[in-house]
Order: sequence, then C-alpha cells, then structure tokens
Amino acid sequence: MAIARRNPLLTLGKYAAILFYLCFALFPLYWLLKIAITPDQLIFTEGTALWPSDATLGNFTKVIWQTDFLRFFRNSLIVSLASAAITTVIAAGAGYAFSRFRFRGQKLIIALMLLTQMFPLLMIIAPIYKIVAALGLLNSLSSLVLVYAAFNVPFATFLMQSFFDGIPKDLEDAAMMDGCTRFQALRKVILPLTLPGLGATLGFVFTAAWSEVLFALMLIRSEDSMTFPVGMLTFVSKFSVDWGQMMAAGVLALIPSCLFFIFIQRYLVQGLTSGAVKG
Amino acid sequence: MTQGTLAPGATRAHQRFVWSHLIEPYLYLTPALVLIALVMLIPLVVGVSYSFQSIMLLKPGQAEWVALDNYLALWSDTKFWISLENTLVWTFGSLFFQFTLGLGLALLLNTSFPLKRLFQAIVFLPWAVPTFLTALTWAWLFNPLIGPLPHWLAAVGVLPEPFNILGDPDLAIWGPIAANIWFGVPFFAITLLAALQSIPSELYEAAEIDGATAWQSFTKITLPFLAPMIAITVMLRTIWIANFADLIFIMTGGGPANSTQILSTYIFTTAFKKLDFGYASALAVALLFLLFLYAVVLLALRRRFVRL
Repeated sequence: MAIARRNPLLTLGKYAAILFYLCFALFPLYWLLKIAITPDQLIFTEGTALWPSDATLGNFTKVIWQTDFLRFFRNSLIVSLASAAITTVIAAGAGYAFSRFRFRGQKLIIALMLLTQMFPLLMIIAPIYKIVAALGLLNSLSSLVLVYAAFNVPFATFLMQSFFDGIPKDLEDAAMMDGCTRFQALRKVILPLTLPGLGATLGFVFTAAWSEVLFALMLIRSEDSMTFPVGMLTFVSKFSVDWGQMMAAGVLALIPSCLFFIFIQRYLVQGLTSGAVKG
Repeated sequence: MTQGTLAPGATRAHQRFVWSHLIEPYLYLTPALVLIALVMLIPLVVGVSYSFQSIMLLKPGQAEWVALDNYLALWSDTKFWISLENTLVWTFGSLFFQFTLGLGLALLLNTSFPLKRLFQAIVFLPWAVPTFLTALTWAWLFNPLIGPLPHWLAAVGVLPEPFNILGDPDLAIWGPIAANIWFGVPFFAITLLAALQSIPSELYEAAEIDGATAWQSFTKITLPFLAPMIAITVMLRTIWIANFADLIFIMTGGGPANSTQILSTYIFTTAFKKLDFGYASALAVALLFLLFLYAVVLLALRRRFVRL
C-alpha cells in the first residue's frame, strides 16, 4: 500500500502483525513437535521450556511399532481415500449437471443441498446408528465411508460446479458436433481439463474424513476398526501419561492432512468462495 | 437418444426439450441425490420422529410414542438452560475473535510483502489440522505439566498461579474457545480475502487522489464492499460454530460441572454415552429451531441495514 510506504510506523506495525500471525499459527504445532521429540525423562523437568536440551525419535518408533497406531492409521487411510474417491465421482456428476443444464427441480435440489449444510449433523447421529446397527454394519469401515461420502457430496458438488463453470461450453459442443455423445465429450474433453478441480475436491473430502471424530466414535467401538481419531482418543484416555508418545502420534496424524493441504492451498481462495461455505 | 425418423419438427423439439430438461441432468444427479436422501434427509425425518418417542438403548423394551414428553422434560431440564447459555458464550466468543483476527489477516494478505505466498500457506495451516488434533494440542498447551500457557498467563498476572483453566468452572470455556479461534481464523481470512480482491482498485486510487486517509478509504470503500459478504459469512459461521461439538467434547467433555456443556455436546453425550436417542433428538430439534430463528432474525436485519 502506498500509505504504508510513506509512514514507517505503519510499516513497522505491518511486520509486527505478520510476526504475530506466524507465531499464532505455528506455535501450537511447534509445541506438539517439541514434546514429541523430548526424551521421556526430560518431559517433567523441561516440559515447559521452549527448547528441549536433548532430542529423540524414540517416541515415534515406539508409537509405530509398539502400539496399534499403525492399524488406526491404515483404517483411517482406507476410510478417507474411499470416501474421497466416491464423493468426487458422485459430486463431479452432480456438479456437471448444475453447471451445464437448466432443468426442472434445480432450485429445489440446490435448496435441499444447502439445507444439508445447515442443520446440526448430530441430529441424525441416532437414526444413523439405528440404521447402521439394523444393517449389521456397526464396527465396519464401509458404514463410515458411506456416511462421510454423503456428508461431503453437497459441498463437493458446489466446488466441482465452480470448476466446470470455468470451462467453456463450446468445448463439448464442438466435440458433440463431431459425433461424441455428451458423456463421451465429458469424459474425453472436459474431465481432463478439470483435473485440478478433481484433485482439490479429493483433498477437501480426504481431510474432512480424516478428521471426523463424533460419528466414528458412535459407529466404531471395536479396536480393530478404529480410525485414527478414535484410536487416539482411546489411547489418550487409557495412557494419559505417555505425553511423548501421544504427541508423536499427533504429529503422525498431521502428515496426511498437511500433504493434502500443500496441494490444495492454491485453490483455497478460489474454491471456498465460489460455491459454498464450509469449515 | 432415439427419435422417430418421421417425427415432425415440433415433436422432435419437444422430445429434445424433455431429454435435456428432465432426463439427462438427472442421469448425472441421481447418485448424489440417492446418497443424500438415504444418509441425510431420511435420517433427518426419522430423527425428528425420535424426538416424540422414548428410545433408550440401555433400557429393554420397545420404543413407544410419548408425544411431547421429551420436550416437557427439556423445558424443566436445568442442564438444557445451562447449555443454552454456554452455547451463546461459546458461539459469540469464538466468532468475535475469529472475525476480527480473520479480517486483520485478510487485510494484511491483501497488501504486498516479501515471501507472501509462504506466509499465506503457513497462516492457513491451522485450518487443515484435524479437529481432534487441534483439541488435543490445545488441551495439552493448557496443561501446566507440559504446556506453557498457564505459566505465561500466571506471569502476566491473568492467573494467580499456573493451573489448568480447563479444570476451573469459571474459565474452562475459554480453553475450547481459544482452540476454536486458532482453527477458525484462516477460514474468515480466506473468505474475506476473496471479497477484498474483488474490490476494484480504481476506487482506492481515486480516493487517494482526492486526499482520503487510509482510515477513510477503509471505512468508506472497504467496509461497504465487504458488508454483504461479512453478513452471509458471519451468519453461516455462527450456525456452524453452534453445531461444532468436537473441540469441547474432546477438551473438557462438557465439564467441569457442565460449565462447558453446549447444546451440541449435550446432544452428543446424551446419544453417545446414555444412548437416550429420544431425548437427544428432542435436544437436536430444539437446537435446529433456535438456529432457524437466529437465521430469520439476521436475514431480516440484513434486509433493513445492508443496502445492496
């Protein structure tokens, strides 16, 4: 800003603000990492020091090899990848319909989809539990995949629609003129152009499924099929003194989300504002 | 697409109209509609019907219709009223700081400085941290054994001694609120930044030529342009935060002595721990009704005060 260049005090304030936001965003994560690499015997003497006098990766190896976290990690990976894949395929279809057609019932369907983003999801936790139990699917990962896919389809649809809106309609018109059916045109011409959009949608759904905890707690009670969040909460309530191990597990849980975040963060401003609003 | 070869033009046009307005779009939409209907809309209706029944999984016996019993119980349930009060503190406490810090961050990101892209990636990072991990991390930060916050708070005189505020009924709610602020600032920054970027830069140039101060261009150009976006974001976000139970459930479980119990955590613990689905559903319907009321009031206010 021109004003900032003229006034040194404002420039100083600006850099102070930058520093504040950096510390605010990073400090909790730094602390997680710090406790994770602090050796057990130092945790209580140096627990609140800014930097440990000694570092170890022992907590990570213990978490990986001596606990069930590898299994929780695998379960979460299966659930999140499957939810993301299913949601993206379904949402691509629906987003395409919203982007390219004007049809009867469109407004009603959009209203219904917006409604699903507004009401308390906890409202359906009891009915879902009863239905899943009646189908004999309690403690199964597939019930979670189905639930997560449904929760994320509306938002993913609006996201995909905004990506389709950015691709000129002429492209598939031309392909259809050359004898393709609409579906062929979509598959061969449009989808390759929406790859970034598909990737962003996959990322959003993956991170949402990766961090969901309340429905996972409700539907999964056996240790074998616990997802990472449920496993971690169980671990925390059982072994609440193993600080180093818990935080090491936390750091591990952070990795997949961060990878996806790095990938999707360029689409954030574009994606979040074009379609719908979601945490 | 098959069409009678002898069909006159009008019929063919009609058929094409029916195809592209009634049939073809639904071929692409059906999977989404089926999934949403099966997993969300039908359970929603079932959930409302549960609120008029007595369904306790821990007590044997069939579910029975009890008319308004659940709602009458709710009306005289002090825990419900406490939760309602806490919901207000939780929602507006979180919202206020998320919004002000988010607006500040958006304004900052709308200027230019070295390494801005890296800065943006770092400050948006909390938004990608899984909520259960945000909750655990902040719970640990507030623990005097391994976290620095109690010591800092004691050092600046906010706390008389370094203790865990999550265990203090008067202060506990600010623990999850702090975590929620950390988690929610990027969201507001992202949305407001997009709105800021859509303000034509000519307006600022003209204002500068006319001798407007930075504060004047902020209040006379930026804020009026942002107002519609702010109104809709704040409304949606309020609803979202009020429904957001994860942080509180993990950090305090609603305690101590229900001092952090908000409606959504009360719903969850009633369903999850007591398996009292009837009462949990009645609580959920009450929350839905209150949120609906809030949205109606806010939309009415918006129509009056925000000129579009």
